[in-house]
Amino acid sequence: MRIIFKTDYMQDLRPWKDGYQLSLYLLLIAAAIVAPFVFDAFFLGELTNVLIWALAGLGLMVLTGHTGQASLGHAAFLALGCYANIILVEAGVPFLIAFPLAGIITGLVGMVIAIPALRLHGIYLAIATMAMSILADDIIVLTEHWTGGVGGKYAPPVNVFGIDVDRWGTPKAFYYLVLGVTILVTLGYINLLRSPLGRSFIAVRDSEVSAQAMGIDVARTKAISFGISCAVTGLAGALMGLFAGAFNNETFSVVISIQLLMMIVIGGLGSIHGAFFGAIIIGFLPQFLSISKEWVGALVGGSNVAIPGLEFGIFGMILIMFILFEPMGIYGRWLKIRTWFELFPFYRKDMFKRQKSYLKTERLR
Amino acid sequence: MDILQLLISGLANGCVYGLIALGFVLIYKATEAVNFAQGDFMMLGAFVTIGLTNANYMGLPFWIAVPISIAIMALLGYLLDRFVIRFMFGESQTAVVILTIALGFVIRFFAGVIWGHEPQSLQSPFAGKEVAFGGLVLGMEDVAVIVVTILLTWGLYEFFNRTKLGLAMQGASQNQLAAYYMGVPVKRVQGFIWALAGGVACIAGILFAAKGAVDPNTGLMGIKAFAAAVIGGFGSLPGALAGGLIVGVIEPFASRYIAAGYSQVAPYALLLAVLIFRPHGLFSQVRVKKV
Repeated sequence: MRIIFKTDYMQDLRPWKDGYQLSLYLLLIAAAIVAPFVFDAFFLGELTNVLIWALAGLGLMVLTGHTGQASLGHAAFLALGCYANIILVEAGVPFLIAFPLAGIITGLVGMVIAIPALRLHGIYLAIATMAMSILADDIIVLTEHWTGGVGGKYAPPVNVFGIDVDRWGTPKAFYYLVLGVTILVTLGYINLLRSPLGRSFIAVRDSEVSAQAMGIDVARTKAISFGISCAVTGLAGALMGLFAGAFNNETFSVVISIQLLMMIVIGGLGSIHGAFFGAIIIGFLPQFLSISKEWVGALVGGSNVAIPGLEFGIFGMILIMFILFEPMGIYGRWLKIRTWFELFPFYRKDMFKRQKSYLKTERLR
Repeated sequence: MDILQLLISGLANGCVYGLIALGFVLIYKATEAVNFAQGDFMMLGAFVTIGLTNANYMGLPFWIAVPISIAIMALLGYLLDRFVIRFMFGESQTAVVILTIALGFVIRFFAGVIWGHEPQSLQSPFAGKEVAFGGLVLGMEDVAVIVVTILLTWGLYEFFNRTKLGLAMQGASQNQLAAYYMGVPVKRVQGFIWALAGGVACIAGILFAAKGAVDPNTGLMGIKAFAAAVIGGFGSLPGALAGGLIVGVIEPFASRYIAAGYSQVAPYALLLAVLIFRPHGLFSQVRVKKV
């Protein structure tokens, strides 16, 4: 059992609770830095993939997890970030300028889109963003002049501080680039949540009416949240494009949008950890399935059967289980386990019990 | 004449969209939840009917297979509500949306495992027959689709507005707690509506499979039906049909008169326009509460 004594106001203001927690996260970062020297190139690629997905998840988490606006269209912003980055790099802009610029462009576009979308509530917003994601596919084909249309584009190797970074040529350098961006964004996110802006996001999520009563401009808050969310997603999209090497209009389909939303739900809505946990599931599920398929195949003695759609089927079932039995996702389960240990003999079953709620229509206001 | 032919085929397509949209609206009207798996329900209904009717499966006569498959799908809808959706009672809409998207994945996976990924079509008595109507030549299946859709929409509309159960459903969606106080068995009503939605999805699937081929990914067409439901205004049954017809008619005309590449954008562009200018659909159900 661990008790935190608060002896200083800074303890409430600091992003971490105590030295123990801080040292755990520092250890995690150290492990991430050492990782390229331990794992082979294949596994490192997978790890990079997970980090990129986590970054995209962080982007969506700002909007869905902390502002309460479900978006089924974030693949469109991934695409925008990706294309903006590559087009700028091809135009001769150095990567170090093009990359943040891609994020800023995506964020601004997201904010502009948010203004009409903000009139929509809950489910209508999800549908509108989904339509946007479907339209993005066609828009990429129509603007073939810039985007290469169906033929797609190839990501050139980029140059960071004089080091050539390429997914296949120098996987280690690429991993460090992704890791650096992810750590920076995560730190920014932690600080955002401590700021008045972040707190107003959470207020809007929990109750728009009471947020308004507290003097929060709901429309403005939502627009800013949309902007920040899209900017981070745009950065993730730019990295995803570099990671994939080649991409076209179908790379960022509406399925990716849905997968992204599902990912943060599995990970745990409303927590930074959730984006990372979800990304780990998304990243390693295909590998895990192919390994277990081989294993089962060897056990039964049959050949290696390919079942199309298996990955999505399993993914859907995992998701259903989580929504039914652990709506707070993996992070919620982790919180329960941790609390159990921290309070050791005193943990009670009802500690995380959900309040009973009844739904009212949104058609009468 | 050409335009009329396009119009009729558009209307027939639109009716299928409208039928799927009806399923969305039914569930939305009675439970305030949105079932993203409705398109996959339709696909499953089509496959169940194919499994019962087609010669290479069970080979039952068409008119015996149809009621059986509708009953199977209704039962499936009920069981789904009883064992999955009911755990979500009172939870937010978004949670149910995510749950039903995941359900769609699972349904698509099982349909693929059972019936394979090849497109198949239903061997129905309508196939290949034609009806000459003045100078127009219509496929029998198109006529069947239009007639069934209109009858079904009208029947459901009357059901919701006239019968006691229909009113109970509307009450249950508007305020679950108040409906409880008024003696409405909210959970049982919800189970019934999911069964009804399963049956409607099955009818849509039968009509769709009679017109063309289905494969496990046909359910993704639900997204278009979704556009239809939104354009019509969620919560309005005639609106859903109208939205379906609008989407269905726009498609062939757009592909005929607008340059390729722009045409498939049309339904979604319309959807966004409707959402921006009339956020609750053309047949809006939102009323301001008077104190």
